Amino acid sequence: MTTATLSRKNRRSAFAALAIVAGMIALGFASVPLYRIFCQVTGFNGTTQRVEASAAANVQPVGRVITVRFDANTSPDLPWRFEPEENTDRVAIGARKMAFYRAENLTNRPVTGTASFNVTPLEAGAYFSKIQCFCFTEQTLQPGQSVRMPVTYFVDPEILNDPDIGDVEEITLSYTFYPVDDDAS
Amino acid sequence: MTDTAATPAHFEASHDDAHHEADHKPGFFVRWFMSTNHKDIGTLYLIFAIVAGIIGGAISGMMRVELAEPGIQWLESWAGAGGNEALHMWNTLITAHGLIMVFFMVMPAMIGGFGNWFVPLMIGAPDMAFPRMNNISFWLLVPAFLLLLGSTFVSGGTGMGAGTGWTVYAPLSTTGSVGPAVDMAILSLHLAGASSILGAINFITTIFNMRAPGMTLHKMPLFVWSVLVTAFLLLLALPVLAAAITMLLTDRNFDTTFYTASGGGDPLLYQHLFWFFGHPEVYIMILPGFGMVSQVVATFSKKPVFGYLGMAYAMVAIGVVGFVVWAHHMFTVGLSLNTKLYFTAATMIIAVPTGIKIFSWIATMWGGSVSFKTPMVWALGFIFMFTVGGVTGVVLANGGFDDIVHDTYYVVAHFHYVLSLGAVFAIFAGWYYWFGKMFGRMYNEFLGQVHFWLFFVGVNILFFPMHFLGLDGMPRRYPDYPDAYQYWNEIATIGYMVMAAGMAVFFVNMIWSLFAGKKAADNYWGEGATTLEWTLSSPPPYHQFNKLPHID
Repeated sequence: MTTATLSRKNRRSAFAALAIVAGMIALGFASVPLYRIFCQVTGFNGTTQRVEASAAANVQPVGRVITVRFDANTSPDLPWRFEPEENTDRVAIGARKMAFYRAENLTNRPVTGTASFNVTPLEAGAYFSKIQCFCFTEQTLQPGQSVRMPVTYFVDPEILNDPDIGDVEEITLSYTFYPVDDDAS
Repeated sequence: MTDTAATPAHFEASHDDAHHEADHKPGFFVRWFMSTNHKDIGTLYLIFAIVAGIIGGAISGMMRVELAEPGIQWLESWAGAGGNEALHMWNTLITAHGLIMVFFMVMPAMIGGFGNWFVPLMIGAPDMAFPRMNNISFWLLVPAFLLLLGSTFVSGGTGMGAGTGWTVYAPLSTTGSVGPAVDMAILSLHLAGASSILGAINFITTIFNMRAPGMTLHKMPLFVWSVLVTAFLLLLALPVLAAAITMLLTDRNFDTTFYTASGGGDPLLYQHLFWFFGHPEVYIMILPGFGMVSQVVATFSKKPVFGYLGMAYAMVAIGVVGFVVWAHHMFTVGLSLNTKLYFTAATMIIAVPTGIKIFSWIATMWGGSVSFKTPMVWALGFIFMFTVGGVTGVVLANGGFDDIVHDTYYVVAHFHYVLSLGAVFAIFAGWYYWFGKMFGRMYNEFLGQVHFWLFFVGVNILFFPMHFLGLDGMPRRYPDYPDAYQYWNEIATIGYMVMAAGMAVFFVNMIWSLFAGKKAADNYWGEGATTLEWTLSSPPPYHQFNKLPHID
C-alpha cells in the first residue's frame, strides 16, 4: 500500500468515525424532545394523559373511590400566589371530575406563566387523563388579577388492571407554574 | 487457523530498522512539547497520569483521615472556615477525587499511555495514523486538568470549588451551585472529552488501516482488541456526555430549563443522559486493563491465551451490552417494576462475557509454566479483585436489593474493587510488564514485590470493611457519621496508610530503576512474550518498522 492510498484510507476512516461522533452529539440533544414524547406516550415519570372530550364520553365510573390530592408550586421567578381551592377530593375511578386552582398576580404588571405537571405515584401517569386543563395553554394575569383555573380529569378504569398500581388509594396531582418570558423577572 | 494471536514465528523480524537514522531524535523542546511520536506521547500521557494519580490519591488520603473518627477533624482547618463552607469542602474533595481518577488518571494511563505506546508496536505500524492529532489529544488534557484544579480556587456556591460529585447531577449542579467553579469543571470535562474522542478516532483508524501485512483482525493481540472496543465505546458515549453537560452549562448561564422542572424540563433527563455515558465509561476504564492482563497472563504462563476468539468477542459483547444497562444506576428514582426488571436482568447478563474472561485467564494458567514475576502478581491481584467487585456487582444489579444499599458504602466498596483495585492493578501489571521495554532499564523485582504486597493488603483493609459499613447503612458522600460506624472506618484508614506505604516503595523503585536499573534486553520475558514489541530493542528505536513486518 502506498503512502497516498493509506492516507486516503485513513482520512475516510476518520471521517466515518467523526460522523459517528456527530450523530451521537445530535442524538444527545435530540433526547430532549424524544424524552418528552416518550413520557407523553407512556405516562413515564408520572406524565398525565390528555384526552378529547369525545373519547372520554365512553368512560363509565366503576365502583372504587380513591383520593386525589392537589398540589401547587410556583417557580421563585414567578410573583404569583397559586393554590388549589380544595386540597383533596374523593373520586370514583372512571368518573369525570372538575377541580379548581386559584392564581393571583402579586405585581403591578401583566405576567404570563404556564404550568408543568405530573402525578405521583409515578406509575399512575398513564391512567390520569385530563380533558381540559389550564396547563394546556399559557395564562396571562393582569396586575393584581385573581382567577379560578379549572382542570377536568378522570382516572382511567384501566388502572385496575395494572398490577403495579391497581391498588392505589391516593393520587397526587402536582403543578408548578413558571414564567414564560423574561418580562416576569 | 485464526484462533491464535500472531507470534514472532509468523513473520520475518525486521531488526535492521534499528539502524542509525531511525533513532534520530529532535531537541528537547520539539521532542516533548511538539511531539508527534506515539511513544513520546505515550510517555507524556503516563507522566500526566502519575501526576494526576498523586493528586487524586492525596485527596483520598485527606478524606480517609477525616473519616478516621466521628466528628469533623480536619475540614475546618483545611477550608479555613467553619460551618457549611467547611462541609462544602468535603463535596469538593469527593468531586475532585472522582473526576481526577476517572478522567485524568485511569483513562490517560490506559488508553493514552499504554494504548499509544503499544498499539502501533503490536500491530506492526510505524506510528499512529494521525500523529499531530495525537499531539492535540494530549495537550487538550493539560488545560482540562488545570481548569479542574483551578475550579477549587473560585466560588462554587456554598464554598470554594465544585461540590457536585463526579456525576454533576442537576439541580445541585445548576441552581444549587452558583459561581464559576462548576462552569470550570464542566468545561474541563468538555476538553477531556474532546481529547478522548480525537484519541479514539486515531486508534480506530490506526487499527483498521495500519496493521502489518498478514496481521488480520483475528490475529491481533488482545490488548489491541481491547483498545479497539474501548475506542468505539468512547466514540459512542462521550458525545452524549458532551451534549448533556452542554445543556447543564446553558441551564446555568443562559436561562434554559432542560433540567429544571419549574420551567418544563426534567432533572431525571440529565441522569439518563449521564448514565448512558457513565456506564460505558466504566467499561472504558476496565477494558484496556482486560487486554493488558491477557498479555501478562499469557506471557508468564508461557502459553497462548486460552480461547482467543472468545476473549476478543467477550469484550465486544461487554461493550455492546454496556450501552443498554444504564438505568441500574437509577433504581431509586421511581422506575416502574418492569423497567427495573429489565435493567436487573440486562445487567446480570454482563456477568456472562465477564465470566468467560475470568475463566479463560484461569484456563490460560492451567497447565502453564507459571512464573510469579511482579507483572504476573499484579495481574493475579487484578483477577481476584475484579472477581470480588464483580460478585458485589451482580448483587447490586438486583433492583430490589439496590433500593436498600443505594448510595451507601456498599456501592463505594463495589466500584473501588472493580476500578481502584481492578483498573489500577491492571495499570500496575502493564507498567511493570512494559517498564523495561519503554525505558530501557529493568525495575527492581524485590521492590516490585514489596510494592504489590503492601498495596494488595492495604487496599483490601481499606475497601473490604466498606461492605460492612454499607450493609449497616452508612451513606456515602458525608464527612461525618454516627459512632456506630467508627470501628470499620478506623480500620479502613489504617488500610489507606498501608497502601500509601506501598506507593512510597513504588516511587523509590521507579526513581532507582530509571537511573540505576539493569539494562533491559530486547525480550526480557523470554519465550512467553510473543507480541511484536518484543522483536524490537528496549527501548524501541525512535521510528520503528520502516520496513513493515510480515505475518504469515
